Amino acid sequence: MTNLTKATLAALALAALTAPALAQQGLDEPFQKPFKEALAGKTVAYVPVAMNFDLTEGWYAGLKKELEPYGVKFVIRDANWNTNAGAQAVTSLITEKPAVMVVHNPDVQTYAKLLQRAENEGIYVIQINMGSAYRSSAFVGANWVEIGERQTEAVVKACEGKSNKIAIVQGALSAAASAYTLKGVENVLAKHPEIKVASSQAADWDAAKAKAITQTVLKQNPDLCGIVGLWDGMDIGTAAAVKEAGLTGKVFLATSGGGERKGACELVKSGAFDLDMSYDVPTQAAQMAGTIKWLLSSGAKPGSIKGSEYTTLIPITKENADSPTACWNLSDLKK
Amino acid sequence: MKRLRFNQQEIVFAVFALLFVVFSIFLNGFLTAENMLTLLQNVAVLGILGLAMAIVVIGRGIDISLIAALAVPPGLVLQMVQNGHSLPFSLLIAVLITIAFGVVNGWLIAYAEVPSLFATLATGLLLAGLGQAALFQLDVVQWSSGMNGFERLGQGTILGIPTSIVMFAIACIVVAVLLRQTRWGAYIYAIGDNPYAARVTGIPSRPIIVLQYVIAALIGCFAGLVMAASVNSMPTRVFNSTLIYDVILVVVLGGIGLSGGRGGVLNVIIGTLLIGTMLNGMTIMDISYAGQNLIKGVVLLLAVITDSFLNPRNEETAQQGDI
Repeated sequence: MTNLTKATLAALALAALTAPALAQQGLDEPFQKPFKEALAGKTVAYVPVAMNFDLTEGWYAGLKKELEPYGVKFVIRDANWNTNAGAQAVTSLITEKPAVMVVHNPDVQTYAKLLQRAENEGIYVIQINMGSAYRSSAFVGANWVEIGERQTEAVVKACEGKSNKIAIVQGALSAAASAYTLKGVENVLAKHPEIKVASSQAADWDAAKAKAITQTVLKQNPDLCGIVGLWDGMDIGTAAAVKEAGLTGKVFLATSGGGERKGACELVKSGAFDLDMSYDVPTQAAQMAGTIKWLLSSGAKPGSIKGSEYTTLIPITKENADSPTACWNLSDLKK
Repeated sequence: MKRLRFNQQEIVFAVFALLFVVFSIFLNGFLTAENMLTLLQNVAVLGILGLAMAIVVIGRGIDISLIAALAVPPGLVLQMVQNGHSLPFSLLIAVLITIAFGVVNGWLIAYAEVPSLFATLATGLLLAGLGQAALFQLDVVQWSSGMNGFERLGQGTILGIPTSIVMFAIACIVVAVLLRQTRWGAYIYAIGDNPYAARVTGIPSRPIIVLQYVIAALIGCFAGLVMAASVNSMPTRVFNSTLIYDVILVVVLGGIGLSGGRGGVLNVIIGTLLIGTMLNGMTIMDISYAGQNLIKGVVLLLAVITDSFLNPRNEETAQQGDI
């Protein structure tokens, strides 16, 4: 071997050794630093209609999990089922100027003006599940009209060949979840003139009231074939009345909720509910967190962009109530 | 000519009877044995609470914290059983908490001499807040398998009569015996009629007042257990509802004056029947929520206005003092 070939080989060997080393020197991603800076130290304020129930606890845990690792300060103002307290909380938050407000409206009117003011003051407003008449930066939540339609379609189908008499158990009349769902119910009923509504009453999200109403309705109409309930938390009472009348399995009960295991899957399995349309709270929380991250890092002026994210519904029936994915556990989400 | 005089109890009974007859004639399916049972069943818990409130109001007080006693100790029972404790142990703890709560109420009113309205307003918030902050995981405490069998307290029937009505009947008998057959009951009337005279005649006023609030809290807790068993869960946020106004309404409407010393179990039953008949009739007619509130308001106003026309106030009654 000549000296030249030796030298060439040595040079090649050296090149072979050094080349991967060169490739291992990474490229700095230019966008993550401004992203982190946009989030760190920012305050996100959360105003639910009340804490201590599966939906609001689930959103809280989900948001906390997604945002706190980035140094976001997460504060909570619990309206505790009091619309005035909620309006006061929103008003005082406007002066405190958090970067983002996550708001759960008790009805479509009360907060509408306040939320507009908040966005004018430079606060992004995200409305969850129950929206107001004002359209803010983002709405993340269930499409209530669709829920009403799908629940009613299921009830109408179950009524085929039966009495065609149904009942509707409404929530609080002015709440988005109740009024919009009712619209969905009406949409389907308009196509089915054979269906007769024996009763359509508000139980104010209260299980005991729902039970009292349903008991009376079932005594008057023992041949009722289906009930459209507007929230599984309240329809525990509706289901109890059906069970007490010995009509479980004969009266089809469709409801909707956040899909927490104890409140949804377990009750569907026990036969209390025949259909529970779940809007899957952990997914909603993740979408909210994603929207917050995107808004904060976008630099868009609050109020300048507006969009909606309707969450995909999971119909929970006897078929999937046993599956590990149809429902979620609040205890897991809190971990 | 002697002027016709009716007291409020008779007027309310007349209104009830009128409504009942009108509904029976015009409402299909109202006057059936089944519907009558449903009617009673729907107001049984309200009636039990009315009995608790009656005891306190007869003793010239008021207990705004009753709904906290209804929601928190029974909610705790469900939560403890859910967490793996045994049902009897959980019930024992709940009863002890209820008694302690009644003692605190009574002590504040009888010994610290805080007006009952303010004392119970504060203690009710305290107990409900404690429940939310420390005792329950969620507002609605779910039924768990450890509670199996206990739902019979609020569901099902005894000799064809729904259990909750039987529970209301039992509570009526117990309270009637307490008020009319025991010395303590007589003392409660005496204190309500004239607390100063009662004390002068040697009635142990303060311990009796404490006893009133303990009994009221215990009855409240019992009503809560019936309610939880009836809906298979304890919606503890019932504390934030308007239930307490309905309870006061049942008592006042039935003819137990807020000035104390008068009325009894019969008044509570009449007040409960009127409310029950109205709610039942309006549900059958499928009247909207707003419409129902309007009608309730009008009927109640009518009852109260008629009373003040037939029994005008004079110097003597004005001195009694209302809330």
